[in-house]
Amino acid sequence: MTAATLTAAQEGLVSCETCSLLSRPASAAEPGFCRRCGARLEFRRHASIQYTWALVIAAAICYIPANALPVLTTNTLGSSESDTIIGGVVFLYTSGSWPLALIVLIASVMIPLGKLVALAYLLITVQRGSAESTRERTRLYRMVEFIGRWSMLDVFVDTFTVALVQLQPLMSVEPGPGVLFFAAVVVLTMLAAESFDPRLIWDSGHRKRPRHG
Amino acid sequence: METVACPDCDLLQRIPPLPPGGKARCSRCGYSLATRPSDPLELPLALTVAAAIVFIVANTAPLMGLSAVGRSASTTIIGGAYEMWLQGQVVTGAVVAFCAVIAPASYILFMLTVLLAVRRPPAPRWVGEMLRWARHLQLWSMLEVMTLGILVALFKIAELATVDAGVGLYAVGALLVLFPAIMIHFDPREIWQRVEWAEGEVPPPMPPEVPATEPAR
Repeated sequence: MTAATLTAAQEGLVSCETCSLLSRPASAAEPGFCRRCGARLEFRRHASIQYTWALVIAAAICYIPANALPVLTTNTLGSSESDTIIGGVVFLYTSGSWPLALIVLIASVMIPLGKLVALAYLLITVQRGSAESTRERTRLYRMVEFIGRWSMLDVFVDTFTVALVQLQPLMSVEPGPGVLFFAAVVVLTMLAAESFDPRLIWDSGHRKRPRHG
Repeated sequence: METVACPDCDLLQRIPPLPPGGKARCSRCGYSLATRPSDPLELPLALTVAAAIVFIVANTAPLMGLSAVGRSASTTIIGGAYEMWLQGQVVTGAVVAFCAVIAPASYILFMLTVLLAVRRPPAPRWVGEMLRWARHLQLWSMLEVMTLGILVALFKIAELATVDAGVGLYAVGALLVLFPAIMIHFDPREIWQRVEWAEGEVPPPMPPEVPATEPAR
């Protein structure tokens, strides 16, 4: 890294998050609005750490009922059977399709859990002012952003199972309360990834400037 | 030559003139700062028009049909979300409707408007606003996740009944190719250069000397 390495914030410049135009605001406390697109300018996303923590904690709470409560209830001629997400994975595995079982297991169990752990790790390292492995942490953040949507998989599986299997009175499938919590986990973790500001990872390296955020 | 700050690490750098099909990455964190598609306006427009037509087919034609012991049922994408709603999962139904229908539909609509409006620069300011929304909607449009979800659901049901893929499913398959194609051939910087400024026409400021980005390929 050369000595000339400078961030926009160190130069008193702010980059518009909407159109990426650089501006030099008159006051650092009130950067105002972008001259090109009119969006509100911010050196760092507003209260990024607080918002992200709040969303991560909310998602972690929802993760418990999402896995404990049934997502689908199958009614066949008088008898009914409820399945949780793990139950669905086991069903796919026992019916001879381990690749699909693996996909659902990764998308529904491992990705949401991995996202929560990754975001908490990013938040803690930023709060402790760690200057190490910044590149790797940025890569981890991008992965969280990119992979996050795939955990919606189970919600879609349940939706289309319910939509199709409506052969009353022979057989019908109803959604369970777990689906709601599961969808909430996905939405909350996606919002958490959105509100986290990856530039904070790099700010810790040079502690000279006060943190904006 | 344009000076930008990397959105992921805030490093100031200049983007060198890129060859068509070229790409510039942040020299510090590797973020893809700029691309230069060979045809940044006409090709995305053509792809978006195609996506709009296919999207209508995907949402009106039945996705799949099921038959078991003389009874049959079929569903569309929105029908799936509506069934969730009817079964008491109002919020989940709304989330599915948003991610599978509303977000992609609005994305196509906004992109279409933006790409048509910038054909005669300077485009009015609301075009920029629309582009911003299109970017957010892109994040929430989950057609590829939905497709995998449908396939898993089909497999699960195939144990119980005969399932047939409908025309809608093939249309969704086509969208899976069209959506990434639009994103690859689209360059938001091209649009911003053609949009009217919020505070009249102001020349961009020239910040101090900063290291230039290494053009990747």
